[in-house]
Amino acid sequence: MSGYLASLEAESIEIIREAIALAHKPVMMYSIGKDSSVMLHLARKAFWPAVPPFPLLHIDTTWKFREMIAFRNRIAAESGMKLLVHTNHQRIAEGVSPFTYDSERYTTMMKTEALKQALDAGGFDLILGGARRDEEKSRAKERIFSFRSAGHRWDPKLQRPELWNLYNARIHPGESIRVFPLSNWTEADIWQYIADENIPIVRLYFAAPRPVVRRSGQWIMVDDDRFPLNPGEVPETRVVRFRTLGCYPLTAAVESAATTIAEIVQETQAARTSERQGRLIDHDQAASMEKKKQEGYF
Amino acid sequence: MKDTLRFITCGSVDDGKSTLIGRLLWESKQVFEDHLSALQKDSMRYGTQGEAVDLALLVDGLQAEREQSITIDVAYRFFATPRRRFVVADTPGHEQYTRNMATGASTSELAVLVVNASKGLQTQTHRHARIVALLGIRHLIMAVNKMDLVDWNEAIFAQIVQEFQPLVSKLGFESFQPIPVSALVGDNITAHSSAVPWYAGPALLGFLEEIDVTPRANDLRFRMAVQFVNRPTHDFRGYCGRIASGEVKVGDRLRVVPGGMETKVRSIVAWQTELPAAAVGDSITLCLENEVDISRGSILACASDPSELSDQFEARVLCLSEHPLVAGRSYLMNLHTCQAVATITSIKHQVDVKTGTHLAARSLNMNDIGVVNLSTDRPVPFETYDRCRRLGSFILVDRLTNNTVGAGMIDFALRRAANIHWQAVDINKSVRARQKLQKPMCLWFTGLSASGKSTIANHLEKRMFAAGRHTYMLDGDNVRHGLNRDLGFSEADRVENIRRVTEVARLLVDAGLVVIVSFISPYRAERELARSRFEPGEFIEVFVDTPLEECERRDPKGLYAKARRGELVNFTGIDSDYEPPESPEIHLETVTQSIEQCVDHILFALEQGNAK
Repeated sequence: MSGYLASLEAESIEIIREAIALAHKPVMMYSIGKDSSVMLHLARKAFWPAVPPFPLLHIDTTWKFREMIAFRNRIAAESGMKLLVHTNHQRIAEGVSPFTYDSERYTTMMKTEALKQALDAGGFDLILGGARRDEEKSRAKERIFSFRSAGHRWDPKLQRPELWNLYNARIHPGESIRVFPLSNWTEADIWQYIADENIPIVRLYFAAPRPVVRRSGQWIMVDDDRFPLNPGEVPETRVVRFRTLGCYPLTAAVESAATTIAEIVQETQAARTSERQGRLIDHDQAASMEKKKQEGYF
Repeated sequence: MKDTLRFITCGSVDDGKSTLIGRLLWESKQVFEDHLSALQKDSMRYGTQGEAVDLALLVDGLQAEREQSITIDVAYRFFATPRRRFVVADTPGHEQYTRNMATGASTSELAVLVVNASKGLQTQTHRHARIVALLGIRHLIMAVNKMDLVDWNEAIFAQIVQEFQPLVSKLGFESFQPIPVSALVGDNITAHSSAVPWYAGPALLGFLEEIDVTPRANDLRFRMAVQFVNRPTHDFRGYCGRIASGEVKVGDRLRVVPGGMETKVRSIVAWQTELPAAAVGDSITLCLENEVDISRGSILACASDPSELSDQFEARVLCLSEHPLVAGRSYLMNLHTCQAVATITSIKHQVDVKTGTHLAARSLNMNDIGVVNLSTDRPVPFETYDRCRRLGSFILVDRLTNNTVGAGMIDFALRRAANIHWQAVDINKSVRARQKLQKPMCLWFTGLSASGKSTIANHLEKRMFAAGRHTYMLDGDNVRHGLNRDLGFSEADRVENIRRVTEVARLLVDAGLVVIVSFISPYRAERELARSRFEPGEFIEVFVDTPLEECERRDPKGLYAKARRGELVNFTGIDSDYEPPESPEIHLETVTQSIEQCVDHILFALEQGNAK
């Protein structure tokens, strides 16, 4: 492993250990994506030979790619950690889906609202998440230990100064701390590390022939028969892969021939668009990530 | 192999720091097409550059920042060239956000101090230079920006550099490189600009790629603060941490601080393997030969040259809070992985950030830097900041709000602690208490002026005296005529006032007495500090709860009327805060209870033994 990846790894392990030493009831978000895979790997390294002393939490909207769910169950079993899965069943019963609501309201109900329900039910005071500062510019302003007031709200003006490697995790009841061990990693670092450490990832990141349709200038994969096709529309098969993974109707594929990590690394380094470009939910409105974060989104 | 340079951009507001970073990201091809289209949209809406794209909007990530065209919080940006990887902390220029600038500086190895050529050196230029030096940054680039606005006038550039030069050696920078640039246009950023034939030095990006910031050889031996004790099974016990200095090998002899026990490294555990050795910066797990008492906050150090231990320090402190740091107040201190209670025992001086001169100060306000003496509630292991940033830096946390209110760097340990020992005596508190047939305690009355504290306390003492108790009353006004004659009513003086009274009350309780303290004592922090000086159950907080309107109506000494007329300043309830107790042992409501009922209430609660 190159020197700078080794130092990123050492820093992340330090952050994870610090978080667990300071928390009463910690939990790690597990979204099945490449960043979660790296974070989980780092947690297992941090506590080896012990199993990491906290559960994994997945917010399942029921609209994830099928491959993601199979992968999640396999990895959780291998890690020996407890996997908690939460779905906002009330909203499902009300008929909420990516096709019945716009992406902003859908995300609020199925992800943000569901996350808050799961955190409140579990009584978690510290939540590890895989967000990185290079993803988006309001995230570039995020602390490593990010303070959330009661109701899980993020107020950029209430964030505590964070100097050196000294983190303040003290809170009153109802408040919580979100910790981002991958803050200083870039997308290219994540891929290089996955390659160096041989970390398993979902096959959706690799190019393969997949059934897709064109929506708003982007390729959307038809992962199951819940996808409402237009009259006479037939999905076409294209060689595509995903740079980021979320709910399949809201995650655009890119045309690519990259079938190995090395090819992905190469493609990432030459990329002219950011990875979140395929996330339809980020483009809802100006400063939409900042707004979602304030409401409690990761 | 590529390495990483962590640097900070700083300087006064409007000198173009965010534009400079936007330019660096742009030139190093870090701006993606979708970011660019968002930038074009944002530029039309918030931009300050007319029709052209406003590169500053690439980094000002918060809505409030884009609307006001200023940077509020520190942002971390990443870019790379074929030679080096960069992490840049983009920090605010406004004085009110100086603390965010210090946050960015604490993890940087180099500072790019931006100066606006058309305005010259500002107070913030000096302030930021001093703060980056204070935080141990040894390499400084001065980017004299907006040179296009002064027609690339060589004399203007030379004058700014000359004016700043004396500060370079005074603040101890090892390297100083002034560069004339235009971040807006891109001159002297990646390549030497033809607009500046008189400048023969490097372009900014080229210089950042080249400069060697490796610290001077540091001879500090192995040290690691223990973060976490890993005990999954009975036969495995590993000490986790990140190495702060030196290196460690299997078989090395280590000493545990505090404790002083010696042990040996049995193995260095890493993921699914063991390592023969590890060095500074590595996150590791150590297994040791013998079972010794080691917990989070201990330092494992080279046995022949271990870390020091002290409970008295001199330190440089930066105030990060709107609430001032005052002498006499205690805070939670996070020093590496160790947590202690630290009290600022005195503020030696405040540093004038513009001139560097020392100013007398009783408190440090937000963004002030001062040199203070600190005492901790127990000896803690440490290194001085100059020797090891990681083991010599600390933060101060407010005990009630949990906010991070100060950041500090240990300069040295004061030797006093080691030399003054508590004198053990044979006739002690419990012996004296038995002789008086009573349980010594401190009844602490708190409430607004004219709430009825002294009146109730006086009646209570008479009743207790009549019942054969040995009592003593300390009244706020009376003590201010003698012991505390030198103190006024500023926050710093109020804190000292309470500290002295607490110590006197403690001596009297030690003498076996029931001490009745009647003080406004408006701040929770001081009442909690007072409580912490007594044994559990010895401190009874009595809240004399009378609404402000009622106190003002009574006003027996005419003080409220004076305060309302502006003739008295810092008067509690009028222009100074009163923080009511959250869970006092005894809560009296004088609007519904008479004086005798209040006294009965107290005596009954004391008899019950549970004073709730």
